[in-house]
Amino acid sequence: MVKEVSEEEKRVEEEFEPLIVAFCCNWCSYAGADLAGTSRFEYPTNIRIIRVMCTGRIDPTFVLEALRMGADGVLVAGCHPGDCHYQKGNYIMEKRFSYIKKAVESIGIEPERVRLEWISASEGGKFAALVRELTQQMKQLGPSPFRLMNDPK
Amino acid sequence: MEEEPRIGVFVCHCGVNIGGIVNVPEVTEYAKKLPFVTYAEHNLYTCSEAGLAAIKTAIKEYNLNRVVVASCTPRTHEPLFRGTCKEAGLNPYLFEMANIRDQCSWVHMHEAEKATVKAKDLVRMAVAKAALLEPQTEPEVEVKDVSLVIGAGVAGMTAALSMANQGFKVYLVDRDKEPGGIVRRLYKLYPTLADSSEVIDPLIEVVKSHKNIDLLTSMTLKEVLGYVGNFHVTLTSSGGDKDIDVGTIIVACGALNYRPPKGLYQYGVYDKVITQEELDGVLKRGNVGEPERIVMIQCVGARKGEIRPSELEAFPRSDTAELLRKILKARKEEGWPYCSRICCMNAIKNAILVKERSPKTDVVILFGDLRVYKEYEDFYRMARDLEVRFVRHIEEVPPEITQRSDGKLEVAAYDALSGLEVKFPTDWVVLSTPLRPRRSEVLLARMLKVPISTDGFLMEAHLKLRPVDTNVDGVFLAGTVSGPKDIPESIISGEAAAARASILMGNRKVVTDAITAVVDEGLCIGCGLCEEICPYGAPKIEDRKSKVREILCRGCGSCAAECPRRAITMRHFGEHQVLAQVKALLMPEA
Repeated sequence: MVKEVSEEEKRVEEEFEPLIVAFCCNWCSYAGADLAGTSRFEYPTNIRIIRVMCTGRIDPTFVLEALRMGADGVLVAGCHPGDCHYQKGNYIMEKRFSYIKKAVESIGIEPERVRLEWISASEGGKFAALVRELTQQMKQLGPSPFRLMNDPK
Repeated sequence: MEEEPRIGVFVCHCGVNIGGIVNVPEVTEYAKKLPFVTYAEHNLYTCSEAGLAAIKTAIKEYNLNRVVVASCTPRTHEPLFRGTCKEAGLNPYLFEMANIRDQCSWVHMHEAEKATVKAKDLVRMAVAKAALLEPQTEPEVEVKDVSLVIGAGVAGMTAALSMANQGFKVYLVDRDKEPGGIVRRLYKLYPTLADSSEVIDPLIEVVKSHKNIDLLTSMTLKEVLGYVGNFHVTLTSSGGDKDIDVGTIIVACGALNYRPPKGLYQYGVYDKVITQEELDGVLKRGNVGEPERIVMIQCVGARKGEIRPSELEAFPRSDTAELLRKILKARKEEGWPYCSRICCMNAIKNAILVKERSPKTDVVILFGDLRVYKEYEDFYRMARDLEVRFVRHIEEVPPEITQRSDGKLEVAAYDALSGLEVKFPTDWVVLSTPLRPRRSEVLLARMLKVPISTDGFLMEAHLKLRPVDTNVDGVFLAGTVSGPKDIPESIISGEAAAARASILMGNRKVVTDAITAVVDEGLCIGCGLCEEICPYGAPKIEDRKSKVREILCRGCGSCAAECPRRAITMRHFGEHQVLAQVKALLMPEA
């Protein structure tokens, strides 16, 4: 898909490559990312996946520390409602995520830098599309304030 | 003092799959400079015999105590590499993978340079985690070679018999006074038109007289404690309670025939509007007579009532029991969302039986979709040869049933081919209704901790790959408890569940994953949050401290993330291990 890009957008794109940390659950979203690979769905290289067994494992600290250390965006991805391998880890995460979002806002970071998504093991295409979307979004947001603080140059 | 990590890194070319995009030698050289990396090499195929041998040799030669393989996904290859580590005398949990194929070379094929940078990042992250890995022991438990089968229908009896014939002791429990389930109450069976008693009676006889089967009728479950291999079950009846200890449980308590509410298609209003089950009874008693016409209506209360958006909204915050209650309430009038699988064949069978007894009767089957699969196509043709009329109607417009002045019923429906209204004066209207889940299963599912699907049936562990397993180790499903099935399918699932349970009981022991929660009792204040959120009941507060029963813990880690005192650590996915990956990615120098 070719889209007209303005000069301004082009400039931002050339200058800045965001880094996105993704915490994916083993059973659905990590498998969905694997499927994107098996299906050869191309997406930007800006994402790094950390595997956990369940989104329920993802401590708010994981997300906040990733941001503090300079991640431009953090994705939390798990099984669709009702599909959790551990029955309700994703519901626990969903509830927890509203607090995470508030915490992120309260430290002066755009809440759009953190995302919660449900991706099943069969949604390779969705995963690839999501990474494209997130990368674009982070490019528009620009480098995270913490990244600038950690790395002033 | 603990040994300093000595990490070996093996970067895989995967033929050209990785090596064609990512600069593998460069990544290998990069890995050599990472903290604690003693040795690094690249292989054409790390998972090949030569690749695995190279890992084993390097472990010995360089005295490696951690291994990182940068190749494909741990979801398929971790067990293989773990096994290799084990063979070389290394604890299998001292192994970590970096997925530089599925999540790198395969998705960044046009950005080789960036893909190489990413591969280095992924290797660095894996090495950082590997340095902090700890050896783990997979807990092993004894499995009692006794099984409990809940429900003595055709599936339950089949499962019980299969296990009993292998020499295992089986408790076969049923809430009814007599075994036999739904099949015992049926008349003739499709497609053979044999009496149901020909199928079920011999089975009942064998089960009753088998020395390894303890048949307990008029009994239900009261409580289930314990875990795979060691379930402690309390059964209850009017005569009192009975405690048994079993190693495996097969749930085969079946389903019910859906009875339409009064007024749906005038059911309960006119006494000549009946269900297929009731027609079965009429045929059995020989009371069908020689009516001019019988109209059957398919999918009454089935394939209806899709879950509405408002129900879905409530879903994330409800547990399974609440969800089921909601669905049940919504379905009360609308029926059930699924295809019940057996009703088409059942209607055709009863149509044939009517035609055999009264060839002049015009039998009309009103359907939206007719589903006759596998060899049943022949049975459908047989009905057509007997001049049973199949009329496709517009399902969205439910047929209307009225009584004429002469006392006959009249069915008005919209013909799907012409789009016109057609009217059938008729003596009987027969409603084909689905099998539906039992309400009492909510309690049972709760006791066993087996989830319920959105259709209301007990849910299998994997729809395709594990159709008789549940998410609970040692608990299996047979028959219609997991969804509508006909008799051959129920027998197959009964045999399958018995085979799955027999593997456990035959081995007499089971190994479970070492990824479990560990409580630091010094930090724990006994708040009970972990106990509250755990879906498996693994943590329990005793003497104001949380105690995790390892064997119940499935390793999701929700408790560790929720613990306000950070007193819970997950084995293999500890906070320090995950954060090490984050730090290695974002602040490698610090």
